[in-house]
Parts: sequence; C-alpha cells; structure tokens
Amino acid sequence: MTALAHPGRTRAGLAGTRALTALAVRRDRIGLAAAVYVITAGVAGTAWTLKRLYPTPAGRAALAATGGANPALRFLYGRLDGSSAGSLTTWRYGVWAGLFAALLAIFVVIRHTRSDEEAGRLELVGSAAVGRQAALVAALITAAAGAGAVTVLLCAVLPLTGLPAAGSALLALGIGCCGLAFTGIAAVAAQLSASARAGRGIALAVLGVAFVLRGVGDSAGAAGPGWLSWLSPLAWIQLTRPFAAARGWVLVLPLAVAAAGTGLAFAVADRRDLGAGLLPDRPGRASASAFLRDPSGLAWRLQRGALAGWAAGYVFLFAICGAAAQGIGQLFGTSSALEREFTRIGGQAAITNAYLAALMLLAGLAAAGYAVSVIVRLRAEETGDQAELVLATATGRIRWALSHIVVAVAGSALLLALAGLAAGLGYGLRIGAPGTWAGTMAGAALAELPPVLVLAGVALAVVGWWPRASVPAAWTALGLVVVIDLFGPALQLSHWILDISPFTHAPRLPGGPVQARPLAWLCAVALVLSVAGPAGLRRRDIG
Amino acid sequence: MANAIEVTGLRKSFGRTAALDGLDLTVRDGEVHAFLGPNGAGKTTTLRILLGLLRKDAGQVTLLGGDPWRDAVGLHRRLAYVPGDVTLWPGLTGGEIIDLLGRLRGGLDPKRRQALTERFELDPAKKARAYSKGNRQKVALIAALASDAELLLLDEPTSGLDPLMEAAFRDTITDERRQGRTVLLSSHILAEAEALSDRVTIIRDGRAVETGTLAELRHLTRVSVDAQTSRPAALDGLPGVHDLVTDGLRVRAQVDQADLDEVLGRLHQAGVRALTCRPPTLEELFLRHYFSAERSVAGAPQ
Repeated sequence: MTALAHPGRTRAGLAGTRALTALAVRRDRIGLAAAVYVITAGVAGTAWTLKRLYPTPAGRAALAATGGANPALRFLYGRLDGSSAGSLTTWRYGVWAGLFAALLAIFVVIRHTRSDEEAGRLELVGSAAVGRQAALVAALITAAAGAGAVTVLLCAVLPLTGLPAAGSALLALGIGCCGLAFTGIAAVAAQLSASARAGRGIALAVLGVAFVLRGVGDSAGAAGPGWLSWLSPLAWIQLTRPFAAARGWVLVLPLAVAAAGTGLAFAVADRRDLGAGLLPDRPGRASASAFLRDPSGLAWRLQRGALAGWAAGYVFLFAICGAAAQGIGQLFGTSSALEREFTRIGGQAAITNAYLAALMLLAGLAAAGYAVSVIVRLRAEETGDQAELVLATATGRIRWALSHIVVAVAGSALLLALAGLAAGLGYGLRIGAPGTWAGTMAGAALAELPPVLVLAGVALAVVGWWPRASVPAAWTALGLVVVIDLFGPALQLSHWILDISPFTHAPRLPGGPVQARPLAWLCAVALVLSVAGPAGLRRRDIG
Repeated sequence: MANAIEVTGLRKSFGRTAALDGLDLTVRDGEVHAFLGPNGAGKTTTLRILLGLLRKDAGQVTLLGGDPWRDAVGLHRRLAYVPGDVTLWPGLTGGEIIDLLGRLRGGLDPKRRQALTERFELDPAKKARAYSKGNRQKVALIAALASDAELLLLDEPTSGLDPLMEAAFRDTITDERRQGRTVLLSSHILAEAEALSDRVTIIRDGRAVETGTLAELRHLTRVSVDAQTSRPAALDGLPGVHDLVTDGLRVRAQVDQADLDEVLGRLHQAGVRALTCRPPTLEELFLRHYFSAERSVAGAPQ
C-alpha cells in the first residue's frame, strides 16, 4: 500500500530511467556535444590567447592592475585575484563559462521534463512501464553528464595550455558545479509552471538575477556591497580562487544548491498530477483587443516578447561595454598584440574609437542574428501549419510575409539605435559628454543597419526560393559573415573573402570615413533580395 | 451559378509521389458534400489546392467561380476553412484566435461566436498551449462557423471531438445547410457523412472512385441479404451472389440489385422463415472500395 501511495519513493518510481536517459542523450547528442565543446574551447581558448597576448609577467601585472580595477569590466567578467595566466583566465572567462554551463543545464532539464510533459510525450512514455520519477531523473543525469564532461575535458585540456594542474582542476570543478547548481534550479522551475516556456523563463530569470547580483558585488569597491557576490552561483567559480590562495570549500555551495533543488523537485513531482504545475496557468483575454485585427497585429504579437528581451539585453550590455571604453587605451597599452587586434577589427588607429567601432560591429552582427530569427519565423509558421490558418483567410502571401519583414526591419533598427544610445550614454557619462556621445554613437550604430538588412534579405530569399533548406541556409550565411568579420582581419584573409561580408562595406564609426556609395549598394542589394524572397514565396507551394 | 466547386482531371505530385491523379469533384451550391477516403488518399491535398496553398500540376479547378490560385484573397473572403490538424499560436488565447481569424476573413458575427462558444463548451480565456487537440479543433470550428462565409471547407473536423461535441457539430452543420451554405466535408468517419451529406465523393489513391447521392451509390451496389429458410436454399453458383455464407438453414450474401428477384425467388422456394434485406451501409461501400482485394482472397465477409 505504501508503494501505491508514494510510488515515487520506491524503486518502481525509477523504472525505465536507463532507457529514458539513453533516449535523452540520443536526442541531445549533437547539441550536448556542441555545447560541451563550446564551453571547453572557450575556457581553453581564453587561456591560450591570454598567454599569447601577455607573454611576460610584467604585461600580465599591468593588465591585472588596469583591467582588474575597471568597475565596468569587473561587472562583465568578475573579480580578479592575482595576475598569473590562470588568474587572468578565471577572471576573463570564469563567470561566462559558468553562465554557459548554466544555460546548458537549464535547456536540457526543461526540455526533457516540462517540454515533453506539455507536448504529451511524457504521457505516452508514462503509459509504458516507466516510473513516475524516471523522466526527471533521466533529465538530471543528462544535464549532470554535460557538466561532468565539461569538467573532465577542462581538467585534461587546461594543463596543456600551461596552467597548473591543481588550479585547472579547481576551475573546471567550479564551472561543472555551477552547471549542477542550475540543474537543481531548473528542476524546480520545471515543476512550478505547467508551461515549458514559463519554466524556462523562471530558470533564466534566476540566472539573470545571479549575473546581476555578482556584477554588482564584484564591481563594488572595498566599501561597497561585495558580499552580494556570495549569493550568486556564478560568482562562486571565482570565489574558489583556483590559481591564487585556493579555497575549494566554496564548491560546497553549488553542490548544496544542486542537492536542495533536486530534493525539492522530487518532493513536488511526487505530489502533483501529470501536466499540472504549482503556479496556476494565468487565463488570458477571452476576446482579442482591437490591435489584433490584421497580419501586422499578429506578427507584432508573436514577435514582441522576443524583441523586448533583445532590447533589454542590448541596453544592458552596450551601456556597460560603452562605460568600459573609458580607460580602454590604458588597458590596451598593456598588450601591443591586443591593441593590434582591436584596431584591425575596429578599422582605425585611435584606440577608443576603434573599440567603440568594434562594439558597433558586434551590435550589427547580433542585430543581424535577430533579423534572421524574425524572418525564419515565417518558415516556422509555415511548417507549423499556423500559416495555413492565416493564408486560408483573406490574407495574401505578400501581406503575410510583409508583416514579419516589417518587424525584422523596425526591430533591428530599434536594437541598433538602442545599442548606440546605450554605449554612447555609458561612455559619455563617464567622460562628461553624454548628449554628444549618445548622438554620435546612435548614428554609428545605425550605419550598421544596411548590412543587417542584406542578411535579413538573404534569409527572406532562401525562405522564398529554397524553403526546405531555408533555416539552416539563413543561419549558415550569418555564421559565415560573423566568422569573416571577427577573424578575417586577424587571419589577414584576402579582400575577396572579406568583401563577401556586407559588414565589410559599412563604415567603421565613430571615427572612420563615411562613403555613401557602399551604403547605397548595400541598400540596393537588400531591396533586391527582399523583393525576390516574396516573389518566390508567391510562386511556390505552402507547407 | 450551380456549382460551388468544380474540379476535373486534377493532378498534383510531390517529387515522385502522385498525390492526386486525375481527380474529379463537383460540389453543388447549397449542398453538404462528403469527401470520403482513407488517410493518404489525397483529401487534404485537394483542399489545399482549393485554398490556393498548393499549385496544381494539371487539370481544371474552379472555386466559387474563380481560380483558387490566382484569386485566393478575394475567394477567401467568401469561404472558411478548418484544417485537419489544427495548430494554434501557443501564447494566444482561444478567444483571441477566433476573433483574429474572423477579422482576417472580414468580420464575424459576435452573437454567433457567443452561441457557438457555448454550444461547443470552449473556454476562450485559456492559452492555446493548454488546449487539447479537440479544443484546438473547436477554436478553428467556431472561427469558421461564426463567419458569414458562403462555403465551408472542413478537413476531418471531428477527429478530435468527443461524441457529445460531435453531436453538437452535426446539429450545427444541419443548421448551416438550412441557411443555404455549401459545405465540403472531408472525412473518414462514414457515419458522419451518412448523417450529414447530400452527396458523397469517394476518393482513393488520388482519384474519385465513386460520386453521387447516397441513394445513387447504393443503387450501384449490392443488397445485404440474411435469411432463414425451412429447407436448404440453393444460392450457390447463382449470378450476382457474392460472399455467400451458408450456416445450416441460415444464408447470408451480398446480392447485386439486378439479380435480387432471382435470389428472392430461390429463397421463397426454400420456405422463408426470417428475412432481412437492407441497403449497404457506407462502411460496406467503403470496404468494397478499399478492401476488395483482401476480401476476394479471404473469400468470406467480415
């Protein structure tokens, strides 16, 4: 009878875990391997790059003195203890590796728990001889395997870059434990809401709060609220001080969070019904507002949430990066190699301008990512059959496509303007000329709009003419451009290759020369592609 | 204009697969026309061509007097469509989607919307992600039925509904017909077509194999005869007798209309004690069209 009353607490509750874990790993094999690779390569690459850029102890000490003291950089990267190559690696990439490990954990856990439950797949699986807790356990094992793989790989790879083995192991464990902590947090979030989207949102919100808490704590001076960092799992990695007066006991904190989260998740999962959440599903409007009356209203409604998220991220990140521009000259003064790299990407000699121009290029590349994501939504609506509902009404294909194109154009223009304004204000406030710099930088950012529109046009053209391959093709085009723009100058690729990227033809602002002709060409190409795309859409089958 | 839909010799291939292979279909104004066939017969492809979502390879298609590919937007103002597999936007509520689709089509009647929402017992304030398959289907149905479209294209509209809701659906379609709306109802649920439709087209492998009123279709077909006699009836070897099963003094058989008189004569000679003659159900029609090969191999009915 006990077994019946609390099936989750018995071995029977775990029946089928092995099969479900195998299924989860099978479904995630590519994404999981890619994420593990990206995190590992990010940390190892940082260690290797820092060693190359700062070969001497004096150079590293200078970087530690300037970079480690810059509040904006401390907000972005975290605290710096010591000036060894290991300490610099931990500073430069520790928090971000933890952030990526946390994202990996959140996406894996939600995907194999609440997403499957919401889609009804868990019902199908649960009707087989599968225990009540098996899916949750399988998700936790898969996420933990990801964190474990990162840890093991880093333990092996970091010493190869010349870092001490003990410190490498502690850094690797810190990053892995951060992933475990968010595995526990995501497990709880998955239980709270009946929707996977909301569950993921809750876990991501916790991650965002953790980032800001440690940002404030880490950038606070000696008199400030430095203790805030101790509340954030993302800060614990650097608080172990892997390469300077190590304190391994800090790892107890993420492990405790992981254990508590897992326990709580099991307790909730044991008591609730399949498909139910702890938080009630909020009802919405019983009838549509006057705004939701045409394809444009629908496109805006579907895309506004993502745009708001992007906009918030843009303002936050570019304000901080802009603020970091002050004193950037001194920082770069510590490494001639780094300065060379930045002036290459930024395309000019004056170091602050080069930094800001490089920042705007990044804003442009990311905005292109946003624009492509909006355009490929057309294809997603088509394969998801929602397009059929709309196109069976008195809505033409062109009108339907235009509704999303408008969001892509206006949305990326808004993001670029925000990037410019935020970076300009961030920098301007520090040097006492916010008005001037906000205007200058907004203009500099908007100069990146034509190349963004070219990439959106490419996405639109493939959606129109090559629908089946459109989504990977659009993202591949963007990926190619990102690689060319970020690594092309450093690799000294030929002009033929560099010229493939539309961003090569945009001016490098602030500071660089502005030529009307390349901009006009970019606009013309974007226009041709945006006419060609819908023309293809009009000729072909939908679905 | 007498015909809402006229399709002749319609062809459509996807790669090497021929989905439609010379389909003919005529739907008269004001009738409920059932479009019957098993999964994969080409029903949804036909509807998508009628909606101008797919481009035909060959053949003639006229919808409400227009070309569904060229005049899509104008024609769509006059029709409403319910897809077979309804996918909605998860973040929008059912009520919002009903209103949106109505507005995109050119307006819907708020009173009918209200009445239909009550009749189908839909909670319009729920987000679409929380709806079951049946509820998603109700959203699309209410949006279609609350419009004042003259033509309704319904693709297996009851496949997710429970029996109670199916009954509500049938009542609604009966009302629609009374108001002179034309309905093309694709289905593989034969009872539904039998209860609702004026005329039927049966499609198989992308081709119409049978079309007409139910009476006409039955006319072409066999009568089910089940008889008890006093002496053994000698039906064996008679022309027009199919699937004969003799069980002592009981005989069951499918009999061609033309040979019914001869068969009844033989039964009469054998001394009829009980006799049931009934027209074939659509199920039997269907079985004949789709499983005739297997039946002739098995050599026995059912």
